[in-house]
Amino acid sequence: MATLETRNLVIDIPGRADGRPLSLCLAPGQRWGILGPNGAGKTTLLHTLAGLHPPRAGRVYLDGAPLATLKRKAVARRLALVFQERQDGFPATVLETALIGRHPFLAPWQREGAEDLRLAREALAALAVDHLADRLVTTLSGGERQRVAIATALTQTPALWLADEPTNHLDLHHQVAVMRLLAGQARRGATVVMGLHDLNLAARWCDHLLLLFPDGQHCAGPAEVMLEPRALERLYGQPLTMTRVGGAPVFVPTPDPGDPVDHDR
Amino acid sequence: MPGVSGRGLAALALLAGIGLLAVAAALAVGSVPITVTQLLAVLTGGGDPLHRELLLSLRLPRALAAFATGGLLSLAGALMQVLLRNPLADPYVLGLSGGAAVGALGAMLLGAATFGVSGAAFAGALLSTLVVFGLAQGVGGWTPTRLLLTGVVVAAGWSAVVTFLLTLSPADQLPGMLYWLMGDLSYARSPLAAWLVLAPALLVTLPLGRGLNVLARGPLQAAALGVAVRPLEITVYVLASLLTAVAVTTAGSVGFVGLVVPHMLRLLLGNDQRLILPASVLAGGALLTLADTLARTLLAPEQLPVGVITALLGVPTFLFLLYRSR
Repeated sequence: MATLETRNLVIDIPGRADGRPLSLCLAPGQRWGILGPNGAGKTTLLHTLAGLHPPRAGRVYLDGAPLATLKRKAVARRLALVFQERQDGFPATVLETALIGRHPFLAPWQREGAEDLRLAREALAALAVDHLADRLVTTLSGGERQRVAIATALTQTPALWLADEPTNHLDLHHQVAVMRLLAGQARRGATVVMGLHDLNLAARWCDHLLLLFPDGQHCAGPAEVMLEPRALERLYGQPLTMTRVGGAPVFVPTPDPGDPVDHDR
Repeated sequence: MPGVSGRGLAALALLAGIGLLAVAAALAVGSVPITVTQLLAVLTGGGDPLHRELLLSLRLPRALAAFATGGLLSLAGALMQVLLRNPLADPYVLGLSGGAAVGALGAMLLGAATFGVSGAAFAGALLSTLVVFGLAQGVGGWTPTRLLLTGVVVAAGWSAVVTFLLTLSPADQLPGMLYWLMGDLSYARSPLAAWLVLAPALLVTLPLGRGLNVLARGPLQAAALGVAVRPLEITVYVLASLLTAVAVTTAGSVGFVGLVVPHMLRLLLGNDQRLILPASVLAGGALLTLADTLARTLLAPEQLPVGVITALLGVPTFLFLLYRSR
């Protein structure tokens, strides 16, 4: 169980005004979605929440302790971050990559044990990449790499997930699988925070939403309150039409009279 | 050794065996060949007095110096490649050998003795390290790219000074200078300093191995996995610079070993730094010992610069491994 709290937080995006300071409490079991147009600061916020990017003002607290005063290793034992961009400079196998998720739990001289190996193999199986265990990560497709990155975070057994576009490069089937996995983590008491550009994924899988506006304004709350078409239209600067599929709201851009439409189909 | 798998231990044992054989070959081969029985006799405290003298005051110190230098350079190269996350990095990429060369050549030009040349080389290496680190720090803190660019540009500056010094030098001093520039172990009088740095450095780097594996995936990913990135990077930079400075002081700028040995090992053993770092020391040591033995025997009584041999041995081996790799 881990709770992440921000008090009067202003993320540092060069050249942008402070906007409204963010005070939020992300509690165990919650599935948060961070929504916003490109450049609104979703990634910067996630990095700030992980303590990788110093805020311009305010503080982040992990279980009541200021994040900046905690040792990186202590943070990494509770919090995992799935990056949107990855750098696989030196070749490593898929299994080796997943195993680095155990790094924060091992002493410098310690080698990964049977338990660590079990966690890594289970994580690879959960993301359906266990058959690639001995392949070099650099030889995988974008979607496969994305699943390996999530498997690495799963191997880290975090109480708090920060996932930046976790469905990047994934086809529909794997998108659903990853969202189910994260929802399952939340059900078991993890706090899950996702940066998403897909409004419908957020509407379907998140119970809390944070809308980030490009000018630094924001609003946050339970998903059913936040999925207000007028607010979302303002967020994306795009007229939206809402419908419901299986009870969940689905948003599509309202067609413009000038858009090409094939009426014969 | 903790942190290394069974297969890794086997590889290390094999490399240690090769290293021992290389040292034995360096002791046995030369103007006066010494058989294994004679060698054992001397090493156990007896034997022919001529053999004793030859082995204990000439061949053994030189072989040990060669081994330590090879180990220092390979370890430094392996560390630099991870630090800069650049496979082209070698111990000299940040301009350190240029600073050392200017120091050494300047001392030779002024007629300094061997000891003075070594001291000046070490001072030049440290000066260059400080200059590069200070300049790369800049206003916003250093990044690997900025460190690399600063190093390459400073190295170009040093190389101009080296050329200038060479044109100023009298003809009779030129061969000695060129030998120094290509790396030459005949200057190595005592291997003690090199071993005194190599052994503790290896002990310090071994527990860093897994952290370096994580760092190789980029500083943000490493920080997210609990690595204190900046302290680790500074440790690695200082360590690699010190190792290189001592190697250059011992044997001049022997090229190629530091670039190629870590890569060869990665192609053969995978990219786990916990294994690659100690393996680099053993393989680099063995390669340079072997190369130096060939350098002083191939055209005996003429001695070749050892850097020529390391390149002639290393280039085809490396290209073969690269060609064969996935």
